[in-house]
Amino acid sequence: MEGIIGYGAYIPRNRIKVEEIAKVWGADASSYKRGLMLEEKSVPSPDQDTITMSVEAAKNALRRAGIDPVDIGAVYVGSESHPYAVKPSGTVLAEALGATPEVHTADFEFACKAGTEGMFVALSLVKAGEIKYGLAVGADTSQGAPGDALEYSAAAGAAAFIFGQKNIIARTLDTYSYMTDTPDFWRREYQYYPQHGGRFTGDPAYFSHTKGAAKGIMKKAGMKPVDFDYVIFHQPNGKFPFRVGKMLGFNEKQIEPGWLVNRLGNTYSGSSPLGLTATLDISNPGDRILIVSYGSGAGSDAFIFEVTERIDEVRDMAPKTRDLLDKDKNYLEYGEYAKFRQKIRKAN
Amino acid sequence: MTTPSRYWREIPQRYRLEANKCSKCGIKFFPPRLICPECKNRELEKTKIAETGKIITYTVIRVPPHQFVDQAPYAVGIVELDDGFKLTAQIVDCDFEDLKIGQKVRIEFRKIFDEGESGILCYGYKFVLDE
Amino acid sequence: MRDVAIIGVGMTKWGELWEKSLRSIFVETALLAFDDAGVDQIDSMYVGSMSSGIFVGQEHIASLLADYLGQVPVPSTRVESACTSGGLALRLGFMEVASGMSDVVLVSGVEKMTDCSGSEATYALGTAADQEYEGYHGITFPGLYALIARAHMEKYGTTREQMAMVAVKNHRNGAKNPLAQFQFEITVDSVLNSVMIADPLRILDCSPISDGAAAAIICPVEMARSMNKPIIKIIGTGHATDRIAISTRKDITWLEATYQAAKQAYAMADKKPEDINIFEVHDCFTIAEICVMEALGIVEKGKGGDAVEQGLTSLEGKIPVNPSGGLKSKGHPVGATGVAQVVEIVKQLRGEAGERQIKDARVAMAQNMGGSGGSTVVHIFERE
Repeated sequence: MEGIIGYGAYIPRNRIKVEEIAKVWGADASSYKRGLMLEEKSVPSPDQDTITMSVEAAKNALRRAGIDPVDIGAVYVGSESHPYAVKPSGTVLAEALGATPEVHTADFEFACKAGTEGMFVALSLVKAGEIKYGLAVGADTSQGAPGDALEYSAAAGAAAFIFGQKNIIARTLDTYSYMTDTPDFWRREYQYYPQHGGRFTGDPAYFSHTKGAAKGIMKKAGMKPVDFDYVIFHQPNGKFPFRVGKMLGFNEKQIEPGWLVNRLGNTYSGSSPLGLTATLDISNPGDRILIVSYGSGAGSDAFIFEVTERIDEVRDMAPKTRDLLDKDKNYLEYGEYAKFRQKIRKAN
Repeated sequence: MTTPSRYWREIPQRYRLEANKCSKCGIKFFPPRLICPECKNRELEKTKIAETGKIITYTVIRVPPHQFVDQAPYAVGIVELDDGFKLTAQIVDCDFEDLKIGQKVRIEFRKIFDEGESGILCYGYKFVLDE
Repeated sequence: MRDVAIIGVGMTKWGELWEKSLRSIFVETALLAFDDAGVDQIDSMYVGSMSSGIFVGQEHIASLLADYLGQVPVPSTRVESACTSGGLALRLGFMEVASGMSDVVLVSGVEKMTDCSGSEATYALGTAADQEYEGYHGITFPGLYALIARAHMEKYGTTREQMAMVAVKNHRNGAKNPLAQFQFEITVDSVLNSVMIADPLRILDCSPISDGAAAAIICPVEMARSMNKPIIKIIGTGHATDRIAISTRKDITWLEATYQAAKQAYAMADKKPEDINIFEVHDCFTIAEICVMEALGIVEKGKGGDAVEQGLTSLEGKIPVNPSGGLKSKGHPVGATGVAQVVEIVKQLRGEAGERQIKDARVAMAQNMGGSGGSTVVHIFERE
């Protein structure tokens, strides 16, 4: 039996409100808020990136796992905003945790799905008996082009999971993946901001793949929506996860605990993984959780977890996701936000 | 541009706060030393320094060296860690008005600076306010 | 050991000397010392320079300057100990003469700081701190002294106004010094309203970026007597180090190297603080002068600020500190500062200090400090 033995989250304290962004571009804030079901989003400090947030989330996961970092056999970081184009994020993470040098490390990139990719591989290696523990992090400090609809949602955050075979917090009941080649969102080499296909990102992309993965895993496991206490879908905006949930027969109560997007924004590779950490925070032994990620390009990974009694021991050993989201926020004006995100052209 | 070697060899200290300790008088050294200045003992053991502590003095740098121009103004403080060790580092994600001597802080992993747009990214420890 | 006297000093006006190079500033200054001493040939020379390599991209300046001073092939040594490079040049010259190795020795210091940009100069000065564990985190020199200042305020109740008074006093003295970079007075108000550099230190708490040099000729006392020179003897010397990263010191507000160097100099000269008529000290920042006075034993620990406020350290006070204007007003071309303190003291002890002359001064001390106190050189001088 294998599953999650430690989990941790990290969310930067800076926020910017939809109104603040809309004001700059002369856009109608209320229609964005209604359309995206989004109030505000997180913003990294100038000294934060995918690597630094991965380290903090992973340290929180280690606090709950209570293991010696040298026993971690794999360290994976999934992100579409790795700070280097060439040079791994995972090596910095592994070194910062003290997991080097006997460790397999890789960076994943698959738009918003890179986090669950790492989870899938780490879990599989544990299941195969190749490694004792595997760490996977989904983290991003994504940027939408100034004035683009994505600017209202592209946010920053990280979630980390350690997989193992003993002292499990949530055992894995099943996994499933669903992929096609669907170019709904992309960023070419050397481009600073991504491009997207507008409404094409909806039905043929997000909905088709999340539905495909959710139906596939439930069929594989012989389960129905009523068999789950909680479900987490990737959260590019507030509306999509509820809409796909409804299409599949899930209710709002199953979705809400892991639904963070209205005040967090879309943390890309961190999005559904953070939904999972938030859900684990409030779950009880025996609860069953379905998580379905989505990454443009396009595909979904799905996992079914069953929470064990150990959740009650570890829940308070590291900051809870909702606390990171709600406490000690620092609201930015657009000028500060533009400075933090290096959107201002300066002299060399 | 310096080669990355200079950054690389400090990684155990910068990333993991690795220190050492005199096996005779028990004093901690960060960064690690080869000889204890107190008793001249050369038997030193690997250890770590604490990750939480309190501010004993601080300043806000308004005129920075060139690698830090984009970050200014920023706070730098000396923190007495819970194990008594004192450490100099930036104190970030805070309003400068909230800084005070005795304020509790903890370490977070952050980017310290980058060596220009094409150089390496230099990471390490900074302090954030703790509750 | 032979007794050693200073027979000549030289210094040109300090400031932003745009038309002058490192070598021209140095040679003009050294020639003034030659003329003052009445010599044109020396046996050996020492040059204090903190960072000619970063400031002007020139190392190997000992030979370069010996060459342009027309002294090749005499031995020439460059001395580096951050801002106490000049003071250390004097100590090494003193040791060479006292030991009998040489008779006539030039001790000097020079720095040309305005040929690089402000942020490069900030960086160069910052290299005197622990680059890997202080500099790496973005601390600057004003920043380190700001950390000391905040701790001193917390521990002893030293006030922002008291620090400002150090700058006001030193500017008042410097206004009377024709060689000073800033020959004007300032007020406590102007200090407190000047631009913030590193809280709580403002620009008028900081010594400036300067170009300049200073030089002195030393020789055995017996030789000075035969030349019919006024005899200004070096009667005490001390030199000590401290941990360079201030966080690793037991007490951040205490300058242990200054205390240790002074202890050596007092013992060698057989003097006590109250025997000293004039102090030239290293006021690179206003808080530094306060801490130095405490470490030299002029005032009790924590009482440096009060002493300034009570006027004890003014020209007319009981213990005049920095009659030259100090680093604050006279300028601070780092490698030259320690030797410029000697220039002032020699003028004072000879009675040649003009408007800022301190009456009947016979014994004086120079305290010159490197970095945030990681090295200190102290000398005591006496007029025969």
